[in-house]
Amino acid sequence: MSSPIDLVVQTISEKINPIDVKVINNQIEVIIESRQIISSFQFLKDSSKCQFRQLTDIAGVDYPDRENRFEVVYHLLSFKNNLRARVKVYIDESSAIDSLTSVFPCANWFEREAFDMYGIQFNDHPDLRRILTDYGFEGYPLRKDFPLSGNVEVRYNEIEKKIVYEPVKLQQDYRHFDIQSPWEGTTYKEEEQDGNGGK
Amino acid sequence: MAESKTVTVNFGPVHPAAHGVLRLILDLDGEVVERADPHIGLLHRGTEKLIETKTYLQAIPYFDRLDYVAPMNQEHAFALAIEKLMKVDVPKRGQYIRVLFSEIGRLLSHLLNVTTTAMDVGAMTPITWGFDEREKLLDFYEEVSGSRFHANYFRAGGVHQDLPDGLLEKINDFCISFPKVVDDMETLLTENRIFKQRNVDIGKISKEEAVDNGFSGFVLRASGVPWDLRRSQPYDSYEDFDFKVPIGKNGDCYDRYLCQMDEMRESVKIMTQCINNMPSGEVINRDTKIAPPKRAEMKESMEAIIHHFKFFTEGFHVPEGEIYTAVEAPKGEFGVYLISDNTSRPYRCKIRAPGFAHLQAFNLLSKGHLLADVPAILGSLAIVFGEVDR
Repeated sequence: MSSPIDLVVQTISEKINPIDVKVINNQIEVIIESRQIISSFQFLKDSSKCQFRQLTDIAGVDYPDRENRFEVVYHLLSFKNNLRARVKVYIDESSAIDSLTSVFPCANWFEREAFDMYGIQFNDHPDLRRILTDYGFEGYPLRKDFPLSGNVEVRYNEIEKKIVYEPVKLQQDYRHFDIQSPWEGTTYKEEEQDGNGGK
Repeated sequence: MAESKTVTVNFGPVHPAAHGVLRLILDLDGEVVERADPHIGLLHRGTEKLIETKTYLQAIPYFDRLDYVAPMNQEHAFALAIEKLMKVDVPKRGQYIRVLFSEIGRLLSHLLNVTTTAMDVGAMTPITWGFDEREKLLDFYEEVSGSRFHANYFRAGGVHQDLPDGLLEKINDFCISFPKVVDDMETLLTENRIFKQRNVDIGKISKEEAVDNGFSGFVLRASGVPWDLRRSQPYDSYEDFDFKVPIGKNGDCYDRYLCQMDEMRESVKIMTQCINNMPSGEVINRDTKIAPPKRAEMKESMEAIIHHFKFFTEGFHVPEGEIYTAVEAPKGEFGVYLISDNTSRPYRCKIRAPGFAHLQAFNLLSKGHLLADVPAILGSLAIVFGEVDR
């Protein structure tokens, strides 16, 4: 007799036609195509064998070197089978992905967060606004090409008597210690911008 | 011209009943809430971005600052994620200490939340009693880690240091005296007419809706879903302990309060079992180079000094892979999705905070209730902005 996890993996590979299914650390990992997202999740939620009733989380991941830059990772939980599944979708910077809010209501804020942090667009999302960053924020902070220090800083201007946004000016350069090879010293911000130093 | 009946009110971001920095845009029809739109992110510090630039060891303190009323529970999820990726074991004593302090964290969180919520609905006394007990618990934190809140005590592979002498006896004394305080608080609240009027049937959510909205922890259990990660997916020897999982029936604010009260009693039971069965031995895995060498060793061995230097500069490398681990934090399922690329820094560390999902359903919970119920609902969800905004 096969274990529940094998049964679920078998059902998934037969029914939703994924790109890949595997089991890592007792968690199922499924990679699907972005256009079949709604039907796949509906199946994972409703099928009597899977019963992934809860969407736990949505995480965006950025791989700037890849052709499809972003990975959207959905974490599902099945109370019945006591199983977790991770569903991945790959998309590039310019394309959008269907919103899951019709299947899982809690996808709403998770998708807003992915949009806010990575600029991933979701089709048919009821309310795709920024969520965690400041009002009027520009850029997508969790992308790998976004600087750690950010682009603007906020302060209260005593003369103008209001809050002002200014470009970040650090008193000391941000030091990136290349700890993998400690003998070559550090690269400073200017060098990095010139394209001379750095890895 | 038809007259619009709704009034839009701005609640927060600085408001004592908002439990932090929450800005709520409330559309009110008279006193009835028609729509609530939470604006969050006022405490956003970019934790996930910062963690990507730090070594695994340096990332641990960031977890204290997420849900800052129960710091060690967050560290626990991160430590477990690293351990699973590296496939290292934790010595039994290390596991028991982590369980002990996770349960102390649960008490810290529930004590703060129950008592402040009681204050929001008009009961002043519980907060003075509850915070007295919290103070004792924070002293235990201080004894093991040196700081009352931002402990930075759990490590991948165990905990940083062994318990100081005599601490277990002190915690044991606390476990004996504490249930009396819970009883006393219950006499003030559980059958209190005002408290019940403010909480019973307020912010009700059904089983199905709670699951669909990504609820977890006591908020989910108050709706009647028997789900506790300590029981269903045990980590760190939770399977050794005998405890009950309190389940609610109605999913309203009052049931959420009752669940928290019962969970405190169960936590004390787990702590007592921890103390009575505390194994001896190492507290951290010393075989796999994820712990620094001992001081005494460094006096004699060159390798130990090199290890010490490399450990604190370069850090340890975590093999390539990805993992999602979750712990039953006081407020619900706290998850860490960790992607490693075989360097000493995480490639991506997504933090799944329970409060984020709970606050998301705030519109659903508060629709049709009075403005005065808004703080009661907010309090019953145990929102802490450190973890919601990250």
